[in-house]
Amino acid sequence: MTPSACAPPKETSHYQLLGHPTDLAGHLRTLGPLPLPATDGRAWGDWLLRALQASGLSGRGGAGFPTSVKLDLARAGGGIVVVNGMESEPASHKDTVLLTTVPHLVLDGAQLMAAACGASEVLVCVPAGRDRVADALSLAIAERRAQSHAATPEVVVRPPARFVAGEESALARWIATGLSLPSFRPDKGVPLRIGRRRALVHNAETLAHVGLIARHGPDAFRSRGIPEEPGTTLVTVSGAVALPGVVEVDRGTPLQDIVARSAPVDTIGAMLVGGYGGTWVGPPDFEMPYASISLRTIGASAGVGVIVALGAAACGIAESARLAHYMAGQGAGQCGPCVHGLPAIATDLTRLAQGRPDPELTERLLRRLTQVEGRGACRHPDGVVGMVRSALRVFAADVSAHQRGAPCPQWNDAPQLYLPRDTGG
Amino acid sequence: MIRITIDPVACDAYGYCAELLPEAISLDEWGYPIVNGAPLPPGLVAAAKRAARDCPRRAITLREKKGGS
Repeated sequence: MTPSACAPPKETSHYQLLGHPTDLAGHLRTLGPLPLPATDGRAWGDWLLRALQASGLSGRGGAGFPTSVKLDLARAGGGIVVVNGMESEPASHKDTVLLTTVPHLVLDGAQLMAAACGASEVLVCVPAGRDRVADALSLAIAERRAQSHAATPEVVVRPPARFVAGEESALARWIATGLSLPSFRPDKGVPLRIGRRRALVHNAETLAHVGLIARHGPDAFRSRGIPEEPGTTLVTVSGAVALPGVVEVDRGTPLQDIVARSAPVDTIGAMLVGGYGGTWVGPPDFEMPYASISLRTIGASAGVGVIVALGAAACGIAESARLAHYMAGQGAGQCGPCVHGLPAIATDLTRLAQGRPDPELTERLLRRLTQVEGRGACRHPDGVVGMVRSALRVFAADVSAHQRGAPCPQWNDAPQLYLPRDTGG
Repeated sequence: MIRITIDPVACDAYGYCAELLPEAISLDEWGYPIVNGAPLPPGLVAAAKRAARDCPRRAITLREKKGGS
């Protein structure tokens, strides 16, 4: 990696994740030293916990759990900090951008969490095949070792590149046993473990924020975003835009303003918000702030920071059908309702898009959505159910045309949503 | 209040539970059990325990749910 040609040092009030130097010397020159404990580890841990509490940072891996609460639960000690850089959402690139352009910021966040929890190791998970990311990290870790910058040992590990491999229980289990499968956890309050040690799994973006908040203080973080959901947030914008990619915006920025930055090439008919297991949002809600507290009111969430803009000419039902088929193939294959239900839902949606519904189709599809929801070990089926439900709502006009037997004219065209070929896991 | 939990990873759709406890468990179209969320009446606890014991996959757990809400 070459150090990125970077803006001059930022004043502390200007909080941002992206755009800092990639190399360790530049990183430290721009952002200052990492505030690790000198002597009293316990008091220092209390300080970090208070800073994170005051910042209001919540996890950026999809669940949105308050980071300070997660840290507080983990302070019993002796765990392993797991940096979740799996980013298995095909439409998301934010973690790749973070890990390749500001790896030290993410690793610093992991070091801080490790110090506060008394963790013995930092494991950075990058999926097999994503070698560019793993190489950038290995280079960064070598720099840190050479300059004795990291107190807790840092290692890159390579779980399989499967959609559900990044789910935190699947990650902990793969590290412990080599099996990349989500676990059934009826009580999510029970901590994840790797053997006897606690697994402290954090998303890469969350840790980058921790690395900045510890340096600049919670007020710097709170100077961005909205009071209910402070800070900046990384969003990967794709679809009908000229400049797809990752943007850093204030939490609470209206959806349409985020998409506008990526130069739409078409009138936008809908946005898929949160990820491939996210929610379709129609034009009446394009001014909705990108914050979970607002998105919740329309059944959506910020998810993993994804917006896919769909051109107005595209058929949302056809796109959703193809997406549902893709997602059906991405399960772990463990739970019956997901194994059987997702392909059945995808097939119903395909029949609808092709304009050849049987008389029972709508009723059957709605029943299947209800039956599958909440019945997997992980949330993979729930994401698909939510996506399909929102499609039926937002593309209601397409649905009724297809119900009358009109096939989707774009059915044989290339999909607008990027769907990778199955990597086989 | 007793709550029935089914481990979806362990479950292989034998369907015995729905036979033994039809008041609380039905099967979806693929044969996998759906637990209705209603509180389990005291008179059905024995049948629920039998369903849990007889599940070939040991997928059923009965838990005491605190608060009852």
